[in-house]
Amino acid sequence: MTTTSTAGQDKARVGVSLVLSRELVPLLYRLLVAALLCSTLALLTESFLTAGNAVNVLRQTSLLFLMATGLTLVVLTGGLDLSVGANVGLSACLAAIALKATGSPFAGIIVGLCTGLAVGLANGLLVTYLRMPAFIATYGMLWFLQGVTFTVMAGETVHGFPSSFRIIGSGFLFGVPVPVFIMLAFLALGTLLTRYTTLGQQIYAIGANREAARLSGIPVRSRIILAYVLSGGTAGLASLVFLARLNSAEGDIGEPLTLPAIAAVLIGGTSLFGGVGTVFGTLMGALVLTLVLNGMNLLSIQTNWQPLVTGVIIIVAVFIDTVARRRGAV
Amino acid sequence: MPETRALAPARLSRPAVIRVPGVAIVLSTLCLALTVLAPGFASLGNLANVLSQSSVLLLLALPMTFVIMTEGIDLSVGAVLACGSLLCAFVVTTTGSIPLAVGTAVSVGVAFGLLNGVLVAFARIPPFVATLGTLGIAQGVALLATDGQAVVGIPAALRSVYSGTLIGLPEPVVLAAVAYAAFHLLLYRTRFGTYIVALGGNREALDLAGVSKSRNLLTTYLLSGAMAGAAAVLMTARMNSGHPTAGIGMEFEAVAAVAIGGTSFARGDGWIFGTLLGVLTVGVLRNGLNLLGVASSTQIAALGALVIVSFLIDRSGNRNR
Repeated sequence: MTTTSTAGQDKARVGVSLVLSRELVPLLYRLLVAALLCSTLALLTESFLTAGNAVNVLRQTSLLFLMATGLTLVVLTGGLDLSVGANVGLSACLAAIALKATGSPFAGIIVGLCTGLAVGLANGLLVTYLRMPAFIATYGMLWFLQGVTFTVMAGETVHGFPSSFRIIGSGFLFGVPVPVFIMLAFLALGTLLTRYTTLGQQIYAIGANREAARLSGIPVRSRIILAYVLSGGTAGLASLVFLARLNSAEGDIGEPLTLPAIAAVLIGGTSLFGGVGTVFGTLMGALVLTLVLNGMNLLSIQTNWQPLVTGVIIIVAVFIDTVARRRGAV
Repeated sequence: MPETRALAPARLSRPAVIRVPGVAIVLSTLCLALTVLAPGFASLGNLANVLSQSSVLLLLALPMTFVIMTEGIDLSVGAVLACGSLLCAFVVTTTGSIPLAVGTAVSVGVAFGLLNGVLVAFARIPPFVATLGTLGIAQGVALLATDGQAVVGIPAALRSVYSGTLIGLPEPVVLAAVAYAAFHLLLYRTRFGTYIVALGGNREALDLAGVSKSRNLLTTYLLSGAMAGAAAVLMTARMNSGHPTAGIGMEFEAVAAVAIGGTSFARGDGWIFGTLLGVLTVGVLRNGLNLLGVASSTQIAALGALVIVSFLIDRSGNRNR
């Protein structure tokens, strides 16, 4: 969008406070929503404010957040990765087979991570070198991966993994679930990467204005590919945590994860138009969505409502983003 | 800034000449290979089968071509198809009235098409997210309507929509042919068709000509939803039941058929005959792999690979231009 030259001076004057408010205010809104959700649920149900449920919410949030961290980077570049859910499914199934075949957690972890990374690389190549629109390439990838997963699993269930592997999903450290520590580690890594490294700044620059980024010498293609690879990598990691918690793998394991992962990023305030958003925002998005789904569970609302509610949330989140963007552009 | 492009009919026909080989090569290679590999593929009965089976997909892929030409996408058609089919089956089994059932299915499609259109054209939400959201909503409605249960026992009168014959041809094939003719005329012989080309290729031209972009965009998504509703009737008749997840994923086949047919995802370069060939390619692939005993999930993976192959062929063709 273009800025008029008359408004330029005013904009420069309020520049500093604008940057602060642009980052802080949306985060405060999300904290407020999360707090409201928490207090409502605490009032409506007896089971919300129990240690068991808190652990549950944190664990679910961490899984959602893990899938969504890498995705956030992709959305920041102005792209989209619709294949994360299916990627989690395939990585989990292949890791499960490797775990069963070798009995070594190490082999399972390597297979899961490599599958995730390879899928991410394929997405990146399709988007950059074949110049496919991101949503088409990754949407095709979604169905391709699902087809491969079903073919590999052939309707079978793989279950029963070594306890040394299961720690990463269902273990506790100082009374806190291990996935929560992984989540905090990735929150720190993601924030450091986006905020304090050149790579992070380049990702924002590509999303804000790809042409300008290219002209300032940023290797746009390789940075975009890297973002997709990282998205695949976090999907692979999430698949391992998921697998370790469920202790079993089936072909349709990744199917219900696509909508929530995208919803978490969008609720978190990362703009689909690229260049705006934070990893911390995605954490808040994952928390808000988990609270909603958890609350529906506690209020014994059928799980059949979940796709509908997630769909509405996605539309509302993007609508707010679109309106905010239009206001900012005027 | 997109450079200004000429909005002349010549633009429509020129790429078509170059693209004929792309999808035609894929389709004929596939047919040849299957004639050799799969016994029973090249029989008259089986070919009629392929045509009938492709009819539902064609009804979805025709409006999808329009949507993609406007640089959009409609990811919700599969879920709308499922939702429409389930409610159609529900209405026909409870009331026994076929007009009411058909009306329900089409209304469901129109409602979701309208919702998509409003979200994309007026709220200006990017199409893939707007329709991803409505996908969730349609899926939720379908699951909630019958508590996740399938509806069985479709009366013979409704089933005959798929199994009956008209002037010696299978009824779905006749319906699909009529739909194709309508969409062909709509694109090449009406103002609306020209607007669709302009929506993808040159929106500025529409502004300059004083044509409402939003209204035409809304119509495009409305058309997509309405056709998904009509396809839902055909699918219910074919499956002899309504199931809340039966059409899920059909949107991928529709997008794949359009992509294989050579419609570009940018610039409004569409080719409606290419979509027909693309639908046949998907139909032949599905049918052939079925005959070879390949699992349905593997067929989907093969379809994904085929989209990339056609994309590569198309790109090499464009480079020679």
